[in-house]
Amino acid sequence: MPVAVLERTAACDITAADRDSRHPGVGVKVQPPPAAPGDTDLVARLRAGDAAAFAHIVRAWSPAMIHVARYFVGSHASAEEAVQETWLAVIRGIDGFEGRSSLRTWVFHVLSNIARRQGVKESRTVLSSPVDGEDAGPTVDPARFRPAGDQWAGGWRAEAAPRSWGPEAAALNSEVRALLTAALAQLPDRQRVVIELRDVGGLPAGEVCAILDLSPANQRVLLHRARAKLRERLEGYFTGREQG
Amino acid sequence: MTIEPLPCVDVVELLTDYLEGALDPATSARIDAHLAQCPPCVTYLEQLRTTVNDLGSLPAQTLSDSAIAELEAAFGDFHRPPAS
Repeated sequence: MPVAVLERTAACDITAADRDSRHPGVGVKVQPPPAAPGDTDLVARLRAGDAAAFAHIVRAWSPAMIHVARYFVGSHASAEEAVQETWLAVIRGIDGFEGRSSLRTWVFHVLSNIARRQGVKESRTVLSSPVDGEDAGPTVDPARFRPAGDQWAGGWRAEAAPRSWGPEAAALNSEVRALLTAALAQLPDRQRVVIELRDVGGLPAGEVCAILDLSPANQRVLLHRARAKLRERLEGYFTGREQG
Repeated sequence: MTIEPLPCVDVVELLTDYLEGALDPATSARIDAHLAQCPPCVTYLEQLRTTVNDLGSLPAQTLSDSAIAELEAAFGDFHRPPAS
């Protein structure tokens, strides 16, 4: 069967059934964040050609934009290209911005369109259906817990319980940085973009939901799965535990 | 009032929701009760936090200086008043 080029926004969503089975009753409709205070002023300055205002948002927003672009395209270089193209579109299009969302949400919307188009041109495909195994199932190896029927069923088995990483883990060395960077690159696309925006980029949950068109519950599922995998990689590094 | 215990295997799946404050108060209380008497799950939670902190200190990838300079020049060109 040929691999379909899925609409990436649709691929962003875990089905309602999957979501509801995990988080009954917490599937909330995404509300785009309201225009930030100062947005009107910022827009006015950009329209008036204020170079400092433009330089400020380019520097402040481009790192998160690269993460988002990288979700749609196949390489870092290609993601940079999409971000540059987006800023050029913003320069030309700021007069047409109607202020129905925050400026930032609008810029990310422009970026998504540009990067998605670029991804299609590169024939980058989503290899799995929107509901895939990587977004379901336990995040910790079930063999580490006592089996059903045991007096302490579901508790950590003594020999498999997490152990302290020791003082070494307190300081982030270059080896750990390299390990985390490599582990991020290996995450499934949706998990990677969510954890990059939340934990690397420090964006608030609501903004990540708006940018990626995710429900808050789905955003947390993807974030948790990504965090659990990276924790496991660090555990392997600090304690020498075999990776499953 | 007794709180129905939550096994470790379930606790580890709820910790991001717990950290995000996304759990209902009853479930959150069950996690608190579990953590109060389960050192391995406390260790797991701490390690999850360490992971998040470590990610936050990774260097940000951004546009190259030359790309930013090009954009600033493009912005200047766009807003330069037409010569009269």
